[in-house]
Amino acid sequence: MFVEYFYYLKDRLPVSITEYMTLIEALDKGLIRNMVEFYYISRSILCKSEHQFDIYDIAFANFFKNASLKFPDEIKQQIWDWLDKEIDPKELPDNFQQFISEIFDLEELQKQFEELLKKQDEDHDGGHHWIGTEGDSRFGHSGQNPMGMKIGGSAGMRMAIQIAQKRIFQDYRKDVVLDTRQIKVALKRLRKLEEIGKRDELNIDKTIDETAKNGGDIELIFEKKRKNNVKLVLLMDVGGSMTPYSHLVNLLFSAANNMSHWKDFKYYYFHNCVYESLYHNAQRNPEESTDFNEFLKKYDSSYKVVIVGDAAMASWELTERYGSIYYYHRNEMPGIYYVKEIANHFKNNVVWLNPEIIRLEWVPWTRKIISSIIPMFHLTIEGIEEAMDFLRKSGKDSYTTVQLLKGFKY
Amino acid sequence: MSISNFDQFKGSINTERVRYIADPQLRNIVNVSIALQRPLLVKGEPGTGKTLLAHAIAESLGKKLIIWNIKSTTEAIDGCYMYDTVQRLNDSRFGCEDRDVNNIKDYITLGPLGEAFASDEQVVLLIDEIDKADIEFPNDLLQELDVMEFYIKETKEFVKSKHRPIVIITSNNEKELPDAFLRRCVFHWIEFPSKEFMAEICNLHYPDLRQNLLDQCLKHFYALRAITKLRKMPSTSELLDWIGVLLKSGISLEELRKTLPFLGTLLKKEKDVEIALEKIKFPT
Repeated sequence: MFVEYFYYLKDRLPVSITEYMTLIEALDKGLIRNMVEFYYISRSILCKSEHQFDIYDIAFANFFKNASLKFPDEIKQQIWDWLDKEIDPKELPDNFQQFISEIFDLEELQKQFEELLKKQDEDHDGGHHWIGTEGDSRFGHSGQNPMGMKIGGSAGMRMAIQIAQKRIFQDYRKDVVLDTRQIKVALKRLRKLEEIGKRDELNIDKTIDETAKNGGDIELIFEKKRKNNVKLVLLMDVGGSMTPYSHLVNLLFSAANNMSHWKDFKYYYFHNCVYESLYHNAQRNPEESTDFNEFLKKYDSSYKVVIVGDAAMASWELTERYGSIYYYHRNEMPGIYYVKEIANHFKNNVVWLNPEIIRLEWVPWTRKIISSIIPMFHLTIEGIEEAMDFLRKSGKDSYTTVQLLKGFKY
Repeated sequence: MSISNFDQFKGSINTERVRYIADPQLRNIVNVSIALQRPLLVKGEPGTGKTLLAHAIAESLGKKLIIWNIKSTTEAIDGCYMYDTVQRLNDSRFGCEDRDVNNIKDYITLGPLGEAFASDEQVVLLIDEIDKADIEFPNDLLQELDVMEFYIKETKEFVKSKHRPIVIITSNNEKELPDAFLRRCVFHWIEFPSKEFMAEICNLHYPDLRQNLLDQCLKHFYALRAITKLRKMPSTSELLDWIGVLLKSGISLEELRKTLPFLGTLLKKEKDVEIALEKIKFPT
């Protein structure tokens, strides 16, 4: 049973044999007394990040709800014993204690439980709970009683599944956008250590060598520190269709801007598509802008470029001369020229972050074009991480949460 | 199946030094990690009592607590021992009466990890904010935490733990921890306390606090936490500070209903204060 459980999880989560053995050890030592504890303890042992909790919840609920569990006879008694372990009354609500004391003759209950198990063995109606499907027993679904729990038996199981089904950790999933701190953590992936600064670190080995050569007179040798040498340029699409995402873009900007992580950090704004000017602020007045060619001259390919935008615009904005959304704006070259220029100039050092969820069914035509030129990632924690990994090592696919969730019905 | 015999963490501590209350899940996980002899990795929002947990465990089990505060420059070897080359070099040149330059042991001091291993009785070892250090740091500790011993290469000696310490590790998620390290730990995410549990916590810290005042404080507090735009959510420790300040100021319930005094105790960012004052509606 636990082997199956392990492999079921292994398909979805990065769990290892070491962790499985730890879980078995915990069971063996009798540290897990009921299903609710099993839920928490197995989570503690198998999941090592709150980002995985949501996936664990779904997997846990699915496994114990849907998998047609058939226990061999010899372990049936054990399972019963295990589930039968009373939950410490102190952990339960007051009215529940009263509730429990009113009912139940354990022996009779065990008999019923056995019958039910047998029944389940006989008819394999897959999708049901392995106990108490049709409300015909005390194990059944009686709705609103405290935490849907009746006693030892199936109840602990149900309670655990219910906890899992609440999916309270949904928000902690990595593919959901969160606060600046997490964005910073994600951005920190992009680093390249190089020696910079003053010679202020004492090199012990060299000091000893030099001192020895010096006949015992101490000669101190100082060296330069190693620091991150990444220079970053952030280009942000503002206004229009990006307005709903302004909060997100702000978060990204303030995260990147507040980090002492970069050797250099610069930012510019544009609207819908990059044309011959890049603006210094979100108001985009022409007086405060940098000419596109100047921009390329100023920043060579040692800079990493992150472009943020939904890449959704009218086709002519991208492909036509004079296609800019602004009537008086006469762009001599189509937007796509500039996109290509950026890609050519910065080579593998440019990524595009898109705040709009990239759906397969409906992709704006311009987004298809742009993402074929510049690699595009979601503006989520996970997307930023992937993008930073891409910038660090020129693109290598990693295991994403989106992939992990494939094949689940929920 | 029986509960093996080991010192159990009771979850609720109320002594002069430590006041702490853990929810049943956390209490169980602590006991599981003690029984399995695995380090317990604790994460959670800032201010949910991650560090305090180690203090509470030590207090509850009556064991000594050894703290290893991790900084961005900390290296694994610092926790084991320090070999003061510069001092020795200096002594060899200028001489010293207390130390023997020829005896390398005189220049070796044990770090927190070394102390925990060398202790004659089981101790609680807190490795605080492990994510502050370099990304490779946890990997350098694997062997030490696995077999609980390390090697001093200068003296060619092993320091082996007499009693495996109870290891509590906290992390603020600033850096991701390596998988190999995580596999060896038991992990717990401290959830933010529910309103009821929070009331219990407050009562533990301020036993004389009047119920209606507490209710009002909690009402304000959870209203603040409901504002999603805040950059830094107020946490348990900030709530406790705030209640402390309110009690000292002797504010009346009426006043507290209408205003949010000493907001600076709860919110640490100017922008957040603005947003909060805008969002929270007071009865007029």
